[in-house]
Amino acid sequence: MEFDPLLLSRIQFAFVVSFHAIFPVFTIGLAAFIALLEGLSFKTGDPKWGRLSRFWVQVFAVVFGMGVVSGIVMAFQFGTNWSIFSYSAANFLGPVLSYEVVTAFFLEAAFLGVLLFGRGKVPQGVHFFSAVMVAVGTMISSFWILSANSWMHTPAGVEFRDGLVFVTSWSEAIFNPSLWPRFFHMGIASFLTGAFVVCGVSAWFILRNRDRDVHRKALSMSLWLILFAVPAQIYVGHSHGLNTFEHQPMKVAAMEGAWETKTNAPLVLFAIPDQANQRNRFEVAVPGLASWLLTKDVDGEVPGLNEVPRELQPPVAIVFFAFRIMVGIGLLMLFFAVTGLVLRRKQAYASTPWFLVGLKWMAITPFIAVLAGWFVTEVGRAPWLIYGVMTHSEGLTPSLTGGMALFTLVGYIVVYAFVFSAGVYYLLRVMQKGVPSEAEVAKESSHQRPKRPLSAADADWEEEQTDGGKA
Amino acid sequence: MEPVFDLTIIWAVIIAFGIIMYVLMDGFDLGQGILFPFAPSEDARDVMMNSVAPVWDGNETWLILGGAGLLAAFPLVYAVFLPALYIGVFLMLAGLIFRGVAFEFRFKAKTSKYLWNWSFAIGSTVAAFAQGAVVGAYIQGFAVEDFSYVGGALDWLTPFTVMTGFGLIAGYALLGSTWLIMKSEGDIQAWAYRITPWLLIAVLVVFALVSVWTPFVQASVAERWFAGISYIWLFPLLALLCALWLVRSLHQRRDGSPFVATMGMFIFTYLGLIASKFPYVVPPNYTLWDAASAHESQLFLLLGLLFVIPIVLVYTAWTYWVFRGKVKAGAGYH
Ligand code: HDD
Ligand code: HEM
Ligand code: HEM
Repeated sequence: MEFDPLLLSRIQFAFVVSFHAIFPVFTIGLAAFIALLEGLSFKTGDPKWGRLSRFWVQVFAVVFGMGVVSGIVMAFQFGTNWSIFSYSAANFLGPVLSYEVVTAFFLEAAFLGVLLFGRGKVPQGVHFFSAVMVAVGTMISSFWILSANSWMHTPAGVEFRDGLVFVTSWSEAIFNPSLWPRFFHMGIASFLTGAFVVCGVSAWFILRNRDRDVHRKALSMSLWLILFAVPAQIYVGHSHGLNTFEHQPMKVAAMEGAWETKTNAPLVLFAIPDQANQRNRFEVAVPGLASWLLTKDVDGEVPGLNEVPRELQPPVAIVFFAFRIMVGIGLLMLFFAVTGLVLRRKQAYASTPWFLVGLKWMAITPFIAVLAGWFVTEVGRAPWLIYGVMTHSEGLTPSLTGGMALFTLVGYIVVYAFVFSAGVYYLLRVMQKGVPSEAEVAKESSHQRPKRPLSAADADWEEEQTDGGKA
Repeated sequence: MEPVFDLTIIWAVIIAFGIIMYVLMDGFDLGQGILFPFAPSEDARDVMMNSVAPVWDGNETWLILGGAGLLAAFPLVYAVFLPALYIGVFLMLAGLIFRGVAFEFRFKAKTSKYLWNWSFAIGSTVAAFAQGAVVGAYIQGFAVEDFSYVGGALDWLTPFTVMTGFGLIAGYALLGSTWLIMKSEGDIQAWAYRITPWLLIAVLVVFALVSVWTPFVQASVAERWFAGISYIWLFPLLALLCALWLVRSLHQRRDGSPFVATMGMFIFTYLGLIASKFPYVVPPNYTLWDAASAHESQLFLLLGLLFVIPIVLVYTAWTYWVFRGKVKAGAGYH
């Protein structure tokens, strides 16, 4: 049997990058939250903050670890499966990715060590500073990688000679036309992910009546963030759409399910796109709304997919549904954000069971929205790898056979499935254990760590173990 | 416009520096994993892991810099090596994944701890083997046409590369055991002292084998070494001197020197390897200059690196300083 290396490489890339993406979106938001908690703890000395911070650092450590190892894979994926693409785009991508390493990854890695292991070895202020540096590192990292990615969507500041990219203007290439909308959309998505997970976990603890007062604090803080971030995300998402409408109209046509160029174009709420027949089935649409949203004029012209030949159309159904999933989740988030505000009075947000149960389940939605969003972005670019310049098949590694690609694809799936299950299992364990008590925190800060035979937290692990054994 | 400096040479030095930084730093922490199954006790394993836990992520970042730096400065190397070593790269990455997650998972595990011991040990060993095989493959050379790799999936896997793979396992284990001598005390340190001479012997054997074998694998290398006495013989000589220093410092029970001596062995062997191949980076046909990226790209990145790398080195050194001193048995995790 013959395997198609192109298809397998695309599946592989989509799989490994999606797997990787789950972790950064969470760690970026959580790193900022931890830095905030450390700051509050440093400033007020209130043990509440120290307890929360210790708890979330444990979660962070697991997630960050998985983010790092899956990220290392990404750094080599370009070369293994897309060597022609790497070679031609190297003059731009190489420096940008290298800047990411030296300005962000080293910063994150070095200060992560101090954040995780430095309590008691460095003054508290330095520990707080390390938390801030980790958070800053994650933001810098997303800037560079999104610059590289945005450039593939809206290439600028370069010229192509003999199949190679040559940079003519670094600022135009780095700050390419879709960078800012993408950076802010992704940045807010990260904060939303962090916030919704913190909300969900806090709600879970409150529902179980464990350490209510600390978790209520965390819940309240993240609900405030959500209240402002969700509307901002919807606004930025809309501007992002307008930006795409200008630069990649076929992607927008796929998101809208628009087959024909129309004025007074309807906004399709639901349909089943049928690419073979170039039309929608079971369409439910609001007349004129798409034109109005995209051109601010109900009679504005919205180009349809039939502007380009079939082989230059992206796979419409994936883009279409992924877009609706993302926007649907965005609206759901808006509902919770507003409800959280309504329930502010008398702190009802921490005592309304349905709201807490709802938040618990909302904790996974940002991950789904983020992946759906990336599917819109990336599948919508197809068949282009560098928009308008190089297609997927042109960028593929020539020596790659279907068998090799299949071998590594299956390999990654197996490895990631294993790592992911273990990660989830240990995260549940961290949650089971809960927030350290005030006494534990006090004991820990009054001692110098290395002089102590057994740290308080670890002793607890062992006790739990014996208890568990007996029970 | 002719550039004043040959940027390509500067870049070669930077990449070479990045690679040796990676080899030395990740070497000693991969070494902990390679030695893991042989550790005398679970306590010893805790110490071994704790001694590298705060720094391993930073160490591995040098590998990423190596990858990204090659893409930036010598894209041909990146675009040929990775396809040519496709399966090997996958094995290395899978190994790095298993050992990387073991750091976090092992300390949170109770009954499943043994699983993460193996994950750490096998992951580290596989990654070390794959990296050693890459070195061997580089000595062998690649089938390249028109700037793309045209060979098969397993061309890199030959008896020679298998040997360099095992050689690097032994080398990293040696770095690991001497690191442990420096970072531990009591029984654990005594164990590290016991195994180090054996590891040194293993490394010297491989060293000798590679030296004898390489000229047969690559004629160009033979020519460089045997066409009259040249400066190049200085490197193996210095490496051997470091080995002697290592033996002496083991005898004198100097806690820090064995590690430094081992690093010296690595550095001089590495310089010897570079000298045998220079200026070919994609052997047998392409030199540094064929593989280089555009001048403006090299310059753009260089300007930033000159500024950023010193800062990176400073705070990296600072983290090592924060975690200086012996790691006590039983000291906890975060
Ligand atoms: C918007 C954010 C974002 C996106 C789109 C990506 N990454 Fe990422 N990456 C991060 C944000 C991030 C991070 C927040 O910086 C991580 C996540 C967890 C971590 O440890 O750092 C990280 C880790 C991480 C690492 C390990 C760094 C270390 O050792 O500390 C590498 C090599 C990459 N990534 C490479 C990539 C590549 C090649 C990507 C493109 C396909 C990619 N990442 C997408
Ligand atoms: C982190 C979140 C990301 C996710 C979830 C994601 C998802 C995807 C998906 C689903 C595809 C497959 C599209 C298709 O084959 O039709 C794809 C393709 C691709 N993406 Fe991304 N992407 C992400 C970020 C990036 C970034 C930051 C870059 C570059 C710097 C990038 C580069 C590519 C490349 C080169 C392809 C082509 C290979 C392929 O088609 O599979 N991606 N991505
Ligand atoms: C509800 C209103 C929203 C709108 C109108 C919207 C709009 C968009 C658009 C148009 C794109 C495609 C950009 C492109 O052409 O490449 C996109 C991508 C994306 N969306 Fe949304 N979005 C919304 C909500 C959300 C939410 C709630 C999240 C996550 C929490 C999210 C996460 C993402 C991500 C990660 C991407 C891919 C990265 C990018 O290109 O920015 N979006 N969004």
